[in-house]
Amino acid sequence: MSGAPNIAAPGAGIGRRGRLWVRAALLPVLTVVAALLLLWYAGAVWMNAQWTRDQAARAGTEVTLPLLLQDTLSQERPLLPAPHQVAAELYDTVIAKAVTSKRSLVYHAWITLSATLLGFAIGTALGILLAVGIVHNRAMDMSVLPWAIASQTIPILALAPMIIVVMNSVGVQGLLPKAVISAYLSFFPVVVGMVSGLRAPDAMQMDLLKTYGASRSQVFWRLRLPSSLPYLFASLKVGIAAALVGAIVGELPTGAVRGLGARLLSGSYYGQTVQIWAALLMAAVCAAVLVGVVGLLQKVVLGRMGFGR
Amino acid sequence: MSSVVSAKNLNLTFDTGDGQVQALSCVTLDVARGEFVSFIGPSGCGKTTFLRCVAALETPTSGTLSVNGMSADEARRARAYGYVFQAAGLYPWRTIGRNVSLPLEIMGYPREEQRRRVKDVLQLVDLAAFEGKYPWQLSGGMQQRASIARALAFDADLLLMDEPFGALDEIVRDHLNEQLLSLWARTEKTCLFVTHSIPEAVYLSTKIVVMSPRPGRITDIIDSPLPRERPLDIRDTAEFIEIAHRVREGLRAGHSHD
Repeated sequence: MSGAPNIAAPGAGIGRRGRLWVRAALLPVLTVVAALLLLWYAGAVWMNAQWTRDQAARAGTEVTLPLLLQDTLSQERPLLPAPHQVAAELYDTVIAKAVTSKRSLVYHAWITLSATLLGFAIGTALGILLAVGIVHNRAMDMSVLPWAIASQTIPILALAPMIIVVMNSVGVQGLLPKAVISAYLSFFPVVVGMVSGLRAPDAMQMDLLKTYGASRSQVFWRLRLPSSLPYLFASLKVGIAAALVGAIVGELPTGAVRGLGARLLSGSYYGQTVQIWAALLMAAVCAAVLVGVVGLLQKVVLGRMGFGR
Repeated sequence: MSSVVSAKNLNLTFDTGDGQVQALSCVTLDVARGEFVSFIGPSGCGKTTFLRCVAALETPTSGTLSVNGMSADEARRARAYGYVFQAAGLYPWRTIGRNVSLPLEIMGYPREEQRRRVKDVLQLVDLAAFEGKYPWQLSGGMQQRASIARALAFDADLLLMDEPFGALDEIVRDHLNEQLLSLWARTEKTCLFVTHSIPEAVYLSTKIVVMSPRPGRITDIIDSPLPRERPLDIRDTAEFIEIAHRVREGLRAGHSHD
């Protein structure tokens, strides 16, 4: 090879494009983050000021501006904790604690995630099965979707305790009841998406297979299922976020001691707002990672299948 | 000569939102083995509907229709015909080779046989080098050729084509017409071909069926005196122009009714 760079080589030019991308995308993102942080700090000072003033009045001292700033951003139980307090709590519970510790947020996040993933798997399987039934059976077509829609109008907060109690009474505890609540929330987008997806092939595609004398199962495996995948992935993104919400909600009414929901609950019992915010941020990170993983899978699978070219 | 398609007094009425539409009215037609028959006429004249009846994708309201001596639906189940639609309709997730083998898989041909037939038939439409490529890597004309290969892959000796080149530009179309003729000469299939284009119909056919709408009916059947061997410049001969003229007259006569 000569010393000149081979511009046709795979990966050539990515470096420059990468830098351009950084300049084009990173700056606006950082600007927005900085603005949000500033707003957050201002909000913390404003919301926590009353407590500082009350304390000062009780002690008979004067509140100066530097004192106000210092105190509002370092209270132990602030109405709104400052970003650095949440960051410190996150550092303490994520990095400083061993992941096996009951005080580690990673440990709690994993408890919630395992219920989320199990629930998501159950919900997805159920959603796909229902969609296949709806598309192939006229009676199911007429009857299932209204019930599925009705199921989503019931507030999950009202339903979750009942599911936990009923399953507990038949001796099922722990992961499964939470996973059921997760599945309850995540099956719905999958049903709706898959019904559209399985019906995506147009009349011409269906006619073509009819001219071959294809059976229903041949039509399903060779045409309907592959055609439905773009719809399925779009639904899975919604479904996995819903599954996480379901798992957290499933931890709330049970007085659970483990999981992100339990952290939220105990935080609110004891006024540990910093702990609540840390758990919320952790849940947000989990959701982002889950949706991101599904998105990546979507890109790879659909790309390989030649969709969207 | 035996009759491949035989229609007698075929009628088909569609029920639409605002009343009944007579898509086919008293259509009587015989197609002999090895013929190339074009159906030409304005939209709504029933040419596509007739083709779909032959394919048993529509059911006539009355009249008799036999395909290979059977009812149309029996012929469909006996896989008597290959159907080429206006759009290629290739599966984006399959390579060209696997798209062509789709009907073979469905009909349960053995693996080895599938592979052999795909090779042969891709050779026939000049796409042998593209077996491993995906549809998006091919031009529109090549995709349509692949869809013709797909219709030829199994042993149907009847080829039904519904404006297969309608969405392609003139130059590609001329080229494909030439290829289609040589394909027809080599495979000795019977072809039913729906088109909007007068030159295309005259160039390809041994028989031209002129149709007109409201109700959809046949107004003229022209047996072409052109030889089977047809270079593209046959379109400049007096004979060709005369037939084209007769087709145009037939189309105009159909229109004067409304």
